Amino acid sequence: MAETQDGATRRDFIHVASGTMGAVGAACVAWPLIHQMNPAADTLALASTEFDLSGVEEGMTVTIVWRGKPVFVRHRTAKEIEEAAAVDVNELRDPQADSDRTTKPAMLILVGVCTHLGCVPLGQKATDPRGDWGGWFCPCHGSHYDTSGRIRKGPAPANLQVPPHEYISDTVVRIG
Amino acid sequence: MSDPNFSNSVVRWIDHRLPVFTFMHHEMHEYPTPKNLNYWWNFGSLAGIVLVILIVTGIVLAMHYTPHVDYAFQSVERIMRDVNYGWLIRYIHANGASFFFIVVYIHIFRGMYYGSYKAPRELLWILGVVILLLMMATAFMGYVLPWGQMSFWGATVITNLFSVIPIVGDWIVTLLWGGFSVDNPTLNRFFSLHFLLPFVIVGVVVLHIVALHRFGSNNPLGIDVRGKQDSIPFHPYYTIKDMFGLGVFLTIFAAVVFFLPNAMGHADNYIPANPLVTPAHIVPEWYFLPFYAILRAIPDKLMGVLAMFAAIGVLFILPWLDRSPIRSGTFRPLFKIFFWLLLADCVMLTYLGGKPPEGVYVILSRLGTLYYFFHFLILLPGLSIFETPKPLPRSISQPVLGSGAGPVTAEKENS
Repeated sequence: MAETQDGATRRDFIHVASGTMGAVGAACVAWPLIHQMNPAADTLALASTEFDLSGVEEGMTVTIVWRGKPVFVRHRTAKEIEEAAAVDVNELRDPQADSDRTTKPAMLILVGVCTHLGCVPLGQKATDPRGDWGGWFCPCHGSHYDTSGRIRKGPAPANLQVPPHEYISDTVVRIG
Repeated sequence: MSDPNFSNSVVRWIDHRLPVFTFMHHEMHEYPTPKNLNYWWNFGSLAGIVLVILIVTGIVLAMHYTPHVDYAFQSVERIMRDVNYGWLIRYIHANGASFFFIVVYIHIFRGMYYGSYKAPRELLWILGVVILLLMMATAFMGYVLPWGQMSFWGATVITNLFSVIPIVGDWIVTLLWGGFSVDNPTLNRFFSLHFLLPFVIVGVVVLHIVALHRFGSNNPLGIDVRGKQDSIPFHPYYTIKDMFGLGVFLTIFAAVVFFLPNAMGHADNYIPANPLVTPAHIVPEWYFLPFYAILRAIPDKLMGVLAMFAAIGVLFILPWLDRSPIRSGTFRPLFKIFFWLLLADCVMLTYLGGKPPEGVYVILSRLGTLYYFFHFLILLPGLSIFETPKPLPRSISQPVLGSGAGPVTAEKENS
């Protein structure tokens, strides 16, 4: 068998070459079998939701569904906006100014899923506990969120997520 | 058999406590295999690989399929249009079923030509026929799941076959349906059983392989391995040969999946099931056609169904119908001719099963059915009495190496 100076033979080359081709082929076959578990085209087609905010009066809060998850829309009172804006950002666990979390200061739009382990926090109904900072309170493991949806106390690592959204008219918002 | 000496210490540690590596070494590496196997021997391992492909794609399809009469058809269309690569996975599964039968039918006819069912391999053969029956049940129920017109009416016709059983027939049909016609309960149980049966097939395949490894493969000469000079280790000689065959098979399979995915299906099955309208021309999938032709050839309901089941049943007793001590058709001049006639008969019945039951097709179906049973029940037992076989070589090595490689010399060399 023909051998090169470092001891490699033609047979070694064939082993490596065919093994590599086999690995490439296996990866090509594996990808469709894995990718089929990702969201299908009809699921992705439902990825954005439009909502008319004109019916949400000051002090009111509503829950809508986006991608199968609750989205909180709260028309905040002047007092709530003031409280949220007055906080020293550097004291927060997940520092973010209130003005960075809203497009219109009065309308706070949040994904209603606790950033700890995915429960839906309380605070949407008038009778719900809203936690020590008047925002939301997660009953699963006791996370408190303020009137800007920022984490203030409890195990959650981050603020309630603000979904990507834009106003397509004065009152209609498209989420997603 | 020598104990393998593994260089990896972790492998040695595990193997000492759980000898899976020794087992694999014995059964897949040094496993002595006749050195004269031809390419017809590729189809056994090929069938095993196709079974794995079907199980993997089937599990994936079950993640997206909904077994309900109102959603089944749409969920299959959703797989075809919306699920990522769903079209590819479904076409591999559907055409994979057809190719499974192609591979297994070749495997069966190879066994018939070379007498692989003869002693001591009778149970190996019978387990194979059990696998064929399970495959047929699984394929039939799988074809019902898309809930198209052919699904529905195929299910109706096949389940009605059981109504011919005296006294309890109607009771059994109702039991299969879970109602008064093929409906949602039928679809649900067919889905459950279609998921279960492939794993039962895997179990019987394991027994099939255990029985195979007891005496090893038959070979084109049909004579026993007489010593080390007649066999070679399974790895690398037959692993590489099987891999090459697999490459050729996958090339053909991929060509069909990508360019002719519906060639072996029926357009009517893209029409949602309608319990009030039967399609004008209803035929089963191609792999059932010879049996369907036998069913329709006989103008009596009970006898037709019995003949159809007997066509498979006769395979169970084949080892005792063919009493010739010579295994390989190569050394049986008359058997060889009749083997090809039987194959032609089966091809003809397949063709006739797809034709409408009228005129000359009915007459040919009857002749074909008659010949099929004549071959197994009269010709094979008779041949073993009247046929004069050609002389057998003394060993597998002898035709290649000359008389010097006969068993006597070989044993001397070994000692």
